[in-house]
Parts: sequence; structure tokens; C-alpha cells
Amino acid sequence: MDTIFFLVLRRMRTPLLTLIVVYAIAMAGLALIPAQDADGQPTAMSLFHAFYFVSYMSTTIGFGELPNAFTDAQRIWVSLSVFFTVAVWIYAIGNLITLLQDSTLQRAIAERRFRTLVRRLGVPFYLVCGYGQTGSALVRGLMERHIQSVVIDVDPERISLLQLDNQREYVPALCADARSPQALEAAGLKHPLCRGVVALTNVNEANLKIAIAAKLLHPEVKVICRADSHEVEANMASFGTDHIYDPFDAFASYIAFSIQSPCQTLLIDWLSGRGGEELDEPRYPPRQGRWVICGYGRFGKAMYKHLKARGFELSVIEAEPHKTGIPTEGVVHGRGTEAVTLEQARIRQAVGLVAGTDQDADNLSIIMTALALNPDLFVIARENHIQNQELFDRVGAQAIMNPSTIIAHRIRMRLITPLLSDLSRLARLQRDEAWASQLISRIIALVDGRKPYVWEVSLDTMQAPAIQDATRRGQTITLGTLLRDPLERERTLPAIPLLLIQGEERRPLPALKAPIGPGDRLLFCGREEARWRMDWVLCNIHALRYVIDGESRREGPAWRWLAAWQSRLRGV
Amino acid sequence: MNPEKVVFGFFIVLALTLNFGFFVGEIDNPDHHHAWELFFVVVVNMIATVLKFGDRTQMGAVLLATSLVAMLQLLAASLIWTIAAHATETGLTPSIMASIVSLSGGAMIANVVSVVLLVIETVLLRR
Repeated sequence: MDTIFFLVLRRMRTPLLTLIVVYAIAMAGLALIPAQDADGQPTAMSLFHAFYFVSYMSTTIGFGELPNAFTDAQRIWVSLSVFFTVAVWIYAIGNLITLLQDSTLQRAIAERRFRTLVRRLGVPFYLVCGYGQTGSALVRGLMERHIQSVVIDVDPERISLLQLDNQREYVPALCADARSPQALEAAGLKHPLCRGVVALTNVNEANLKIAIAAKLLHPEVKVICRADSHEVEANMASFGTDHIYDPFDAFASYIAFSIQSPCQTLLIDWLSGRGGEELDEPRYPPRQGRWVICGYGRFGKAMYKHLKARGFELSVIEAEPHKTGIPTEGVVHGRGTEAVTLEQARIRQAVGLVAGTDQDADNLSIIMTALALNPDLFVIARENHIQNQELFDRVGAQAIMNPSTIIAHRIRMRLITPLLSDLSRLARLQRDEAWASQLISRIIALVDGRKPYVWEVSLDTMQAPAIQDATRRGQTITLGTLLRDPLERERTLPAIPLLLIQGEERRPLPALKAPIGPGDRLLFCGREEARWRMDWVLCNIHALRYVIDGESRREGPAWRWLAAWQSRLRGV
Repeated sequence: MNPEKVVFGFFIVLALTLNFGFFVGEIDNPDHHHAWELFFVVVVNMIATVLKFGDRTQMGAVLLATSLVAMLQLLAASLIWTIAAHATETGLTPSIMASIVSLSGGAMIANVVSVVLLVIETVLLRR
């Protein structure tokens, strides 16, 4: 506000001064020049009449000569004055218009509007810094679940892209450098409803700065960062950044885990995907043999580490080993795009191939050459640019690693269904493959070839007022009650309770007899309509009463009193 | 030497001196107070006010405030003069003249405050 006001005042100073001076001279001249009255007697124009005449002179030329007809001397002066005053008006107005088009002013206005919008936000929101591939995927994912986000990006083009995107809900966006604390503050870092800051710029150092600023300015806020190097990761972790994602490491450990337990991986894949999409086929990476890794950069190293830990034989192909370092097995010098280098790395005896250079064209070429030599390979491709999606889909790779999508996917899961991370950790530690494959078959039976919709329910006053009300009146509610259809209580809703959290206790796949009460948190998967039906039971006391005992009674306080009175009458 | 400061100081002091020139004399005697002087006081005060636009310091804000007060008083004075001289039968009576001059006296005090603030700023700045 201040900036705009002072900017306008300062820029309008010269035009206003010119206006005042020119008007004063025109008035003084008119009052000084001898005039004549109606009878031709000499008189003088008073300052008031001069002011009156000059006021309308330049704007309404040809209004007439008032209060008396002018002498020729006056006419000479007036004709001069007309030109000057009109010129000064044009100058002043032109200046104002230039000012309105000034980019500094426009930026100040945009920032002010953004600040007001963010300040007025009445719903919890996440602050997303960086609207690149990852940021846009995350914002879209959050919007699908009606979670508000606020965006900062340094590139004006991306911000206008966001505004053109025709989103379902309005996403306030500011073009500013997220490294500056002022920009973060403008975007609502100190806002009480700000739930978290997500730093997704492609510059490690910027993400680090955002994390530091967020932790210092609003210590309670959740900070989630992307980091592409272990150094930055350790640095972020040192001051308490809540979640740090390294796309290369995340993907490599994912592949390693899917080699070890394919069923659990498939299960978590389905649950963390978008509900309603076609179910994808399970992939079974080879469990032993030789892998060829092309490119020993960040991704190649992460894959090397995790595959090595699983006990695979490995060959590495790298074009510039003096820059990236050399693994203990040694390295085949080259890019891997030629058959010779692949032969050298013994591609014909290999079971798997990682095409992990940072050039998409190279990766595609590596895969095509390698598959010609050995069509049975399990291929993992690194996709650097999302525009090449279609090419990678066709080249025949079993797993495609796109850093931005992986990060967006993980963060979305973390923000929307945090209990799912709990479940996958529990499953990894305590459950085996048989458990996972049993659950998979239950899900398949439930959702009819589509990915299940996953949602969380907290039994609190906001999300489940009816449950609160019922337990306050001393009723026990079991998990089975929640899963009854409020339209027809004999039917069960198409949903599976995946996890129940009561206090400190976490129970995966809780029994339907389990009693539940206020404060509990639940994770369900199933069809989307089950969720809407369940909301009825959670929020509506009549629906809840109906699923408990099949009766629809009068539940309002006045009606309850009336019913008691009626039964008393009947008793008498 | 900052030429902007010269112009600024010039107009503030000129506003005060012209205002004083209009103010001196018998308070209710129209012969002692000239219309042209009031005209120039108003013009110079307007210029001084616009010159203070866009100064973001605390001092600048107070200076702008005093100028706005002076403008208000002077515009009231010239309005009364115009109405009395042109829109009423009686013309410039001594009592009306007295109120015009006292309004300009008020404006003069605001102008004095302006000049005092300017002097204080100059003394504090020492450069």
C-alpha cells in the first residue's frame, strides 16, 4: 500500500507543479490586463472571475467571454493561455497513464493484491515454492482433494501459465524470488492457517534458504524440501526440516524394495496412486543376475548403491568417469549408446538395464540398442523432461523414473494421506508378502479394475460430530457401524479399513468389531462413493442412529422432550 | 549542496513570508490586506505542498501535514473573500475582513511550524 501511494505521489509531483504554475500565470495575466464592462467603461477583472474563466477555459474552449466581453488585449492573453493550459493537461494525464503502465507500479499492485488474497484465506493452505514440473503436479494433486495452495515462482512465465491453466479453484500466485523472506511472508508464511512450506525449486541452495527461513519465521510449520545432493540433505536435516526428498535415492530404493517384495510394492503403488485410474500390471524385476548401469551420475550412483546392497553383479558405463568417480568393479568408458560399449559391459548376459544419463535422447538410444542386443532385459529409464513421456512409453521400459513426478507423488501422499506412509512402514516392518497379496485380492474384488480411492477420517468434532454426540450419550460404536450403508443398513459399504490409530497404538487392518471413539484416526480404501456415504454416518445423527439399530427416531432436543412427554401420557 | 533542497526551502520560506505580508496590518481594515497577496500566498503554498509529496520519511510526513493545514486555512480565507465580495450585497465588511485575516494567521502558524521543522532537520543532519 505504502509503496504504491508514495510512488504515485512522487511521480505526479512535476505534473502537478506545472499545472499550478501555469494556472497561476494565466489567472494573474487575466486579472492584470485592463478590461471593459458592458458599457465600454474600463474596469479590472477580479481574481475570482479570472479563476472562474481559467477553470473552464482549457476544458471547454468556446464557452463565451464572461462576465463581460473581452478586450483584444485579453483575447491575446487567453489564446496564449489556452495552448499552454491544454498542453499542461495533456502532459499531466499522459504522465499518469505512463505511471499506471509502469512495471514497478504494476508489480507493486500485483504484490499488494496477492498479499490481501493470502491474508484473507480462511482455509488451511500449503505454500508451494517453485511451480515447475514438480510444483504444478503437486498443486494439481492437492486441488483434487480440495486443499488450498499458494504458489511463488521466480519465473513470470510460469506464473501466467498457472493463471491460464483454468484451475478448478483459485490459486494465489506471486512472481518473486522465494529466497527472500519478504516474499515468503507475503505468501503467508506467518499466516496462522499455513500448514506447511514445500520447497521445490530446481536450485538446491534456494530450497535450503526457504527451509531456513520457514523454520526461523514460523517454527511450527511443516517444511518439506527437495534436495538433489546428500550434502544439502544433511544440512536441511540438521535444523529440523520435516521431510526431505531426493528423487534419485527415493526411486533407487523403491526399485530395490520392489525386487525384494513385489506384492507390497504393488499394494502401496495402488494405494498411493490416484483413485479411479486403471489398475496397472504388477512388474517383477529379476531377482538375480547382472545389471548394466549407463551413466554414473546421481541416479546411477543411487541405483548402484541399492542394487549392490541386494547382491547383484553390476557393470557401469560412463562417458566421463574422471568427473563422476569410478566404482570398485571398474567402468566401461563410453556413453552406452553404441553396441560396442554395451557388449563390453556384457549386455547379452545381463538381466537388467538402467538407462540413467541426464540426456533423454541418450537414454532412449541406449534402451533401443540394448533391447536389440538382448530383448529380455528389464529396463529402467530415467526421464529428465516430462515432454518426452510419449517416447518413453513406447520404447519398452518397464519402469520410468521421472524425478519431478516421483517427488510430487511422494509429497502429495504425505500431505493428503499421512497415515498411508504409516501403513507402508508398518507393512514393511511387520507384514510379509502373503499379507500383501491377500489384501491385494480383497481390493481387486472391491474396486472392479480401478485403483482404489484412499481417504482418512479423524473422529473429531469437525469431521465426525455425530460420533462425538453418540459417545457423549454413552453409546459404543464399532468400526462395523461406520461401514454400514446409511441407505440400506444390511449392505456394507465398498471400503476396507486399512489402519486404525488409537492413542499410541497402530492397528493395520483392524477388525470390524473394534470399538472406536473420539480422537481415533482411520485410513480407508475403496470406492469413492463409499466415502460420501460414510460422511453421512459421521455427520448426521439420524443416519448414525439408523445404521446402529435400524430405527429413525426423533433426535432433536425439543422432539426428544415431546417424545418423553408423550410416553409419560401413555403411561398414565 | 542539493538543488532539490534549495527549491524546497525557498518555497517553504516564501510561503511563510508572503503569508506574513498578507497578515500584517489592522486586522479589520480591507486597505491593509491585498487580494493579490492572498493569491500569491495560495499559489506558493500549493507549490510547497506538492513539493512535499512522495517523501517517505517521518519528517516528510509531518511537513506534508502542516502544509495541508495551511492550504485548508488559506482556501477557507479565499472562499470567504470571494463569497463576500461577489455573492453578497454587503461586500467586504470589517468583520469579514477580520475573519479572513485571522484564518490566514492560522495558516501562518502552520507555515511557521513547517519552517521550524525544516530548521530542525537541517540542524540534525549536519552535512
